[in-house]
Amino acid sequence: MTESNSEYAPVNRSKFKKIDMGKLGSHVQSPSAEDLPSSISVSDLNLYYGAAHALKDVNMTLPRQRVTAFIGPSGCGKSSLLRCFNRMNDLVDGCVIKGSITLDGADIYHRSVDVADLRRRVGMVFQKPNPFPKSIYENVAYGLRIQGINKKRILDESVEKSLQSAALWDEVKDRLHDSALGLSGGQQQRLVIARTVAVEPEVLLLDEPASALDPISTLKIEELINDLKDRYTIIIVTHNMQQAARVSDFTAFMYMGKMIEFDTADNIFTNPAEKQTEDYITGRYG
Amino acid sequence: MSTFKKFFDSGTPWIWINAGAVAISVIMTVGLLLLLAFNGLSHFWPKDIMFANYAQPVNEGEPLRREIVGERVDREHVSAERIISSGIPVSASTPLYERELIKIGNRDLNGSDFTWLLTDYLSDISFPANLTTFERREWGNFYGYVQEVREAGSTVAQSDPLNPNDTRAWEALEQRIERALSIHEQIEDLEKDEIGEVNYALERLRLERRGLELRGTDTPERTGAIDAEEASWEANYEVLQARLAQLYEQIDRDTVVMSAMNAEVTEISISEIVRAFQPNGMHIGNKLVVYGQKLWEFLSDDPREANTEGGIFPAIFGTVTMVLLMSVFVSPFGVVAAVYLREYARQGFITRTIRIAVNNLAGVPSIVYGVFGLGFFIYFLGSEVDQAFYPEALPAPTFGTPGMLWASLTLALLTVPVVIVSTEEGLARIPRSLREGSLALGATKFETLWRVVLPMASPAMMTGLILAVARAAGEVAPLMLVGVVKLAPALPVNGNYPYFHLDQKFMHLGFHIYDVGFQSPNVEAARPLVFATALLLVVVIALLNQLAVSIRNRLREKYKQLDM
Repeated sequence: MTESNSEYAPVNRSKFKKIDMGKLGSHVQSPSAEDLPSSISVSDLNLYYGAAHALKDVNMTLPRQRVTAFIGPSGCGKSSLLRCFNRMNDLVDGCVIKGSITLDGADIYHRSVDVADLRRRVGMVFQKPNPFPKSIYENVAYGLRIQGINKKRILDESVEKSLQSAALWDEVKDRLHDSALGLSGGQQQRLVIARTVAVEPEVLLLDEPASALDPISTLKIEELINDLKDRYTIIIVTHNMQQAARVSDFTAFMYMGKMIEFDTADNIFTNPAEKQTEDYITGRYG
Repeated sequence: MSTFKKFFDSGTPWIWINAGAVAISVIMTVGLLLLLAFNGLSHFWPKDIMFANYAQPVNEGEPLRREIVGERVDREHVSAERIISSGIPVSASTPLYERELIKIGNRDLNGSDFTWLLTDYLSDISFPANLTTFERREWGNFYGYVQEVREAGSTVAQSDPLNPNDTRAWEALEQRIERALSIHEQIEDLEKDEIGEVNYALERLRLERRGLELRGTDTPERTGAIDAEEASWEANYEVLQARLAQLYEQIDRDTVVMSAMNAEVTEISISEIVRAFQPNGMHIGNKLVVYGQKLWEFLSDDPREANTEGGIFPAIFGTVTMVLLMSVFVSPFGVVAAVYLREYARQGFITRTIRIAVNNLAGVPSIVYGVFGLGFFIYFLGSEVDQAFYPEALPAPTFGTPGMLWASLTLALLTVPVVIVSTEEGLARIPRSLREGSLALGATKFETLWRVVLPMASPAMMTGLILAVARAAGEVAPLMLVGVVKLAPALPVNGNYPYFHLDQKFMHLGFHIYDVGFQSPNVEAARPLVFATALLLVVVIALLNQLAVSIRNRLREKYKQLDM
C-alpha cells in the first residue's frame, strides 16, 4: 500500500500516514498466525444454507489480540464465517454447520454452551449502525442491564469508559440522555462499538463496519480498531482492500466459500502465495 | 379520439376520480355529523309556546273551535286526498295542505303529547309571556298558565292567567320549585347512597348466613353475630326510613294550580316539577342558560319516562366502562398471541392456517359472537363460577346471567383478531438488524423481545387497539344477548365494596338508540333524543379513539425507527 492509492490521502494526509506507515510497518517482522497464542480456531468447517454450500472445509487459527481481516468478493462467505463465531447463523432457518470452532479451546457449538453467554464474550458490530431507539446512555448500558447490573454508579462508570474506548465520549458527554438516533451515522457506529465493548467481550467481530459511512467516519473507525486491538481479538470483514491493509495484522482471502489464503497482511498484500489472491488484490476480478 | 386518449393517459382523470371520491366521503361524513348535531342539539332549546285558536272543518254543523297551546315542532305538506280520507272534509281543489306537528304536552289531560293541525285553520296565533313550561318527572311536559300557588292546601299567591304582567304566582312558584328540588336531591342521596348501603349490607349478611348454612358451619355464635349486625343495620334502616318519610312529607307540601288550554284547571304537586320556565318572555341569554342546563341534564342525569326524558349518563358510563374493560382484556391477549405466532411458532402450514383463521374471525357476524358469549361465557362459565364461588346466592345467578364482565369478554373476543393482525404487522416491521444487535450483546430471545422489539412494536399494538375500540364501541347486536339492558341506573362502579360490580347489567349508547328510537311508545318525543344520542355515541367513540391515537403518537415519537 502506498499513499498515492489511498482514497483518504486527499482528506487527511497526516492521519493516513500515522495508521499506514506507523502501525503497518511495525509488524513487518511479525510471526505467523500459528506461532501466536490462538483465540479462535476453526477446523473443517462446512456451512450449508439449505442446499447452498456456503463454506467449504475452512481451517484457520485466529491469533489473540490481533486484527484479522477477511477479504474477498461479495458472496464468498466471509460474513457467513464471521457469523459462525458468535453463532448468529443459528437464527437462519435451514442453516447447517459441520466441523468445529473453538474459543479458547472450548467448542462453541457444544450442546452445553450458553449461546447468550457466548455472544457476550464474542461481540459483534454490523454493517449498518443499529443503535436501539433509546438514549445514548441506555444503548451503552443495555448489555449490562441484561446481565442484571442496574446500579447507577457501575453503569455510569462503564458507560463513560466504553464511550471513551470508542472515542465518542467527548462528542456526546453532554447529551447522554438524548436519543441515539440523533447521532450521525459514524457516531452511531462508534456508539454500537461502545455498546459492544461495554460488556467486555474477548473477541470483537466487525462485519464491514465502515461500509455505510463517509470517509472521515471510516477513518475514525479505523483508528478505533487500532486502539482496541491491544485489548481484544478483532476480526473484521471488509470489501475494502486498502482498509484491510491498513488495519489488519493478518488477512484471509476467501473465494467461493473456500479459504484461499491466510497469512500476515504484509504477505497477502505484497507477496501472496496464491495466484487467485494476487488477481483479487490487483483488481483482476471481484 | 387521440386527444381523449392523451387526456386519459395523462392521468388527469384518475386524479379527478380520486379527489372526487375523497370529496364525497368527506361531504357525507360532515353531512351526517351536521344532521345529527342539528336534529339532536336543537331539541334542548327552550322553544316558544304558541297560543292559537283552531277550528277544523267537520262534516256536519259548525266547525268546532278550540284553543291550542303548545310548541311547534315540525311541518309538512300532505295531499288533500289523504286529509279527506282521514275524515276531515277539506276542499279537494287545493292539492296540498300544510300541516303542523304541535307538542301540546299535558299527557295527563290530553292522553297524547303531540297533535297534527292544518295550518290553514289556525288563527289568532300569539305568544303570551306568561305561558309556562313545566318539565315533570312523570307525564312529560305541561304547558299552561300559573294561576295559584298553594302551601299545604292554602293559597299563598294568585295570578290572573289572562294578564301577562301579573307575575305574583310565578315568583312564588320559582322559589318553591328550588326548595322542592333541593329536597328531592336529599331524597335521592338518601335512597341511593345510604339506604342503598343498608340494602347492600343486608344482602351481604343474608349471603353470609346462607354460606354458613351450606357449609354446615352455622354455629350459634356465628349466626348470632350475623343477627346482631343485621339488627344494627335494620335499626339504621328504620332511622333512614323515618327521615325519608319526613322528606317526602316536606316535598309534597306545595302545589300549583295551572290552567291549561281550553280553560282546564289542574293541580300539580311542585315535587313533580324538574324545571319551569316561561320561554315566550325570555330573552336569548336566559334561553341559553336553560339550554345549557338541559344539555347538561342530558349528559349527566338518569333517564326518565321510559328513556324519552332526562339524561343518558348511565349509558355513557356503561359504554365507556365496557370499552375500557374490553381493552384491558383484548390488548394483552392479542399481543401475546401475535408474539407467539410471529416470534416463536415455526412458520409453516399450521401457522399459516391459524393466521387465515384469525383473519376470518374478524369477518364473523357479531351476533354470532353474542350467541357464543351467551352460550359459553354466561351459561357455561358463568354458572360454573356461580357454583364454585357464589353458591350461597343460588338459585339467583351472580355471574350466570348477562353482565358487564361477559359483555366485555365477548367484545374482546370479537376484536382480538384486529389486535393480533396489527401487532403481527408491527413485529414484522422491526428491522432484523436491531434484533441481531440485541442478541449480539448476549441478550436472550426473550430479553430482546421484551426490551427492544415489543416497545418498538407498541405503536402497532395501539393501532390494533384503536381499531378494536372503534369496532367495539359501536357494536350493539351481541351486547343485547350478553349484558345490555334498557334501564339500569345503578352504575357498575360505585362506593360499595368491591367497587367494580362486573356482574351487573348496564346501559349502552348504541342499544339506547335502538330502544328509544324503535321500542318507545312515544315516537315523536323520542326522535330528537335518537339524534342526540347518536351524536353522543359518535363523540364518545371519537374521544376514545383520540385517546388511543394520542398514546400511539407518543409511543411512535419515543420509538421512532431509523430510516433504514
